[in-house]
Amino acid sequence: MSDIPEGLKYTEEHEYVRETEAADEFVVGITDYAQGELGDVVFVELPSPGDSFARMDVFGTIEAVKAVSDLYSPLSGEVVAINEALNDDPALVNSDPYGEGWMVRIRARDMSELDVLLSDTDYSGHIEA
Amino acid sequence: MSFVPHSDADRREMFAKVGVSDMRELYSDVPDSLIQKGLPEMPDALSEWEAVRAIQEMASQNHSLVCFAGAGQYDHFVPAAVDHLIRRSEFYTAYTPYQPEVSQGTLQVIYEFQTMVCELTGMDVANASMYDGPSAAAEAAVMARAVTRRDRVLAAGSLNPHYRKVTDTYLRGQGSELQGIPTGPDGLLDRDALAKALGDDVACLIVQYPNFFGVVEEIEPLAELAQKAGALLVVVADPVTLGLLRSPGELGADIVVAEGQPFGNPLSFGGPVVGLFAAKQKYVRKMPGRIVGATVDVEDRRGYVLTLQTREQQIRRDKATSNICTNQGLNALAATIHLALLGREGLREVAEVSARNAHYARGKLEALDGVELVYPDAPFVREFAVKTTENSRAILERGFSAGILAGVSLSRFPSLGAPDGLLLAFTEKRNQEEIDRLVDVIAG
Repeated sequence: MSDIPEGLKYTEEHEYVRETEAADEFVVGITDYAQGELGDVVFVELPSPGDSFARMDVFGTIEAVKAVSDLYSPLSGEVVAINEALNDDPALVNSDPYGEGWMVRIRARDMSELDVLLSDTDYSGHIEA
Repeated sequence: MSFVPHSDADRREMFAKVGVSDMRELYSDVPDSLIQKGLPEMPDALSEWEAVRAIQEMASQNHSLVCFAGAGQYDHFVPAAVDHLIRRSEFYTAYTPYQPEVSQGTLQVIYEFQTMVCELTGMDVANASMYDGPSAAAEAAVMARAVTRRDRVLAAGSLNPHYRKVTDTYLRGQGSELQGIPTGPDGLLDRDALAKALGDDVACLIVQYPNFFGVVEEIEPLAELAQKAGALLVVVADPVTLGLLRSPGELGADIVVAEGQPFGNPLSFGGPVVGLFAAKQKYVRKMPGRIVGATVDVEDRRGYVLTLQTREQQIRRDKATSNICTNQGLNALAATIHLALLGREGLREVAEVSARNAHYARGKLEALDGVELVYPDAPFVREFAVKTTENSRAILERGFSAGILAGVSLSRFPSLGAPDGLLLAFTEKRNQEEIDRLVDVIAG
C-alpha cells in the first residue's frame, strides 16, 4: 500500500502539493505511488527558478530505467526554488518522495486552483480505480 | 506458417472487417484522376543472364573521372581491409540492432565509433550515428531549440546550401525557420551582422568549419558571441580537416556534426553515407539517436548496452527527443575501421597531403588569366572557390571530355550569392600530374 499523507493536495497525474510557511508558496513533488510505478529514478529534469507555468503545463521530466514521464505543474505560478539535491541523487525521489525528494517550490498565481486539486481520499480513490 | 503476406483470402477478411468491398473503395479518398491504371510499358521478363547483361550495359555508361568535386562529399582512398571486414557475416547488416544486448560485437564497434567521433570533434559524447551530415545538422538545430526552449535558428550564409535546405525543412515542421547570416568580404561570417541578429529568442547559430567555400572560420569568437546571448554554437565540420585544425570542441562548440562519408565510405553517386553527431555532456539527454554505453555485468565483465533509450520514439512516442531511433550501422562500422587503420597520425597525413595538393593547385590557378580566387586572403585547408570569366559549366564540359571532374559549379547554388566559378576539392588521392591536367582544363 502506498503512502498518501493527509493534508496534502494531489493531481490525477500523481503530483502532490504541500503548503509552506509562506501562504502563496507550495512544494511540489511526485507521490509515493508514482515513484513505485516508475521504479529506480535515474534523472530528474527541473526548470530554472524564475520560470513560469500555467496549471498542468509540463515543468520537467522524470526518467526511470524503463520510462520517462512528464511532470505537470499542479498550479499556475512561478518557480521560486528547485531541489538541486536531485541532480546528484535522483533516487531521493524513491526513498523520500514527500521529504528530501521534493522537486520545485512554486509561488501560486491563483489560489482558487487549489480547490480543483484532489484530497488524499480523492487521490486514494483515483489510484485504486 | 505461411510467409506470404496479404493473400486474397486475407484481403477479403480485412475488407469485410472494415466494411469495404475492395481496394478501390478502401482508397476512396484518392480521386480517379490520380489512380494509375496498369504499369506503363514494362518489358518482358528476362532470364538471369539477360538481366545481368542489361545491368552491365547500363553500368558501363558510368564515367570514371578524376574527381576534384567536394562540397560535402570527398574522394578519399578507402583501404581494402574496410570492405573485407564489413562483409563478415556477423557485421553485415545495415541495420541497428533491435535486440541489442545480444549483439555485443556490434555494440562494441559502435562504442569505439562514438569514442573516435568524440576524439575527432573534441566533444564529450557522441551518438551511434545519423543518416548523413545534413540531417545531423537539422537534428542539432532541433536539439538546440529543445535545450534553450528558444525559437529562432541562425545559420551562416556560407553553410552548405543542401544542409541549409534540409535544416529548414525540419524547422518548418516545428513552426520555425532558418535565418541566414551574411558572409563578409573576407569569406568569414560577418560578426556585426551576427551580433545584430542574436537575441533572447535565438536557440543556436550553425556555422560550417571550414565553410562551404573552404574558408576556415574563426570559431572561438563566434562561440563567445552566441553563448553570451544564451544560444548554442553548432559546428558543421569537414572531419578530414580536423586532422590538422583545432577541434570545434576545443574552440567552444556546444554541438558538432559532420558528414562521416570520407571515412570508409566511397563516393557512390551520393550514398549511402553516415552522419556524425557529438555534444557536450550536459546536453546528453537531449541528444537524438542511439547511444551505446559501457557497463559491467554481474560478474564484473565489461559489456555494452543501448543507453538512454527511454528518450527514443519506441518508448516516448510523440514526446521523443527525435524521430530517429536507428543508426547507419554498416556505414559507421566502415568509418570506424578506416579511422582505426589511419590512427591519429594517419589522419593528419591524409589532411596534410590533401592540403598540400590544394595549395599547389591554388598557386597554379592564380597564375591563369580569367581565374581569380573568390576569397584570396582567406585561410583554407583542402577546398577553395575560384571565379571564372568563362561559364563554369563550359569548363566542366571540357573537363568531362578530358576525364576530369573539375569541381562543382557555383552557379548551381544561386542562394549563396557567389559569382560564377568552381568549388574545387583535393584529397590525398590526387597527384601533381592530375592537378596539372585540371589546371589545363580550366585554362581552356
